[in-house]
Amino acid sequence: MAQANSDIKYLTPIAVDTKRKKYCRFLKSRIKYIDYKDANFLLKFVNEQGKILPRRITGTSTKYQKKVAQAIKRARHIAIMPYVGDLLK
Amino acid sequence: MLNQYETVFIMTPVLSEEQMKETVKKFKDYLISKGAEIVLEDYWGMRKLAYPIQKKSTGFYNLIEYKVDPSVIRDFEVAFKRDERILRFLTVKLDKHAIAYNEKKRKKAKEETTEA
Repeated sequence: MAQANSDIKYLTPIAVDTKRKKYCRFLKSRIKYIDYKDANFLLKFVNEQGKILPRRITGTSTKYQKKVAQAIKRARHIAIMPYVGDLLK
Repeated sequence: MLNQYETVFIMTPVLSEEQMKETVKKFKDYLISKGAEIVLEDYWGMRKLAYPIQKKSTGFYNLIEYKVDPSVIRDFEVAFKRDERILRFLTVKLDKHAIAYNEKKRKKAKEETTEA
């Protein structure tokens, strides 16, 4: 089988490397305000340790990344989210 | 000029139900005495804190949404700092998107209660 595989010519490019385009979910669904009281929603923008994920991973636009960061920081202040955590997800 | 604000504060869990209500009333009365218009008052109940504050792991959460002159806020926050029953507080000025969001949320909650 291994030998046969090496002779295959692909008609279409292999799907492994094709990346899906990232988009800003706030622009797409027209969310204007990010609620700092909604911890479950904010959990999508932090990693397992509770650190804020960068834009390059979440795809959020600059405008809303600022608001996400602000909301997470507020949530941390009122002890809805931890400053440091372990296995948040 | 009135601005709309929202304050979340956490009270110590050592308070009794009555003391807790009294604390909330104190701050509410303070706002009213300064000519504020209370839009919403929401008691979230006893909640677990994400991390300990003053060695407490739980607290009573309360939220007040109100319209008031900006000059009042400073004294209002000082009152929170002076009160040892308060573990934490956060005052946020609401912009037009936030007001719209809160109103939508309130409407939704209202519909749910009428349905049930």
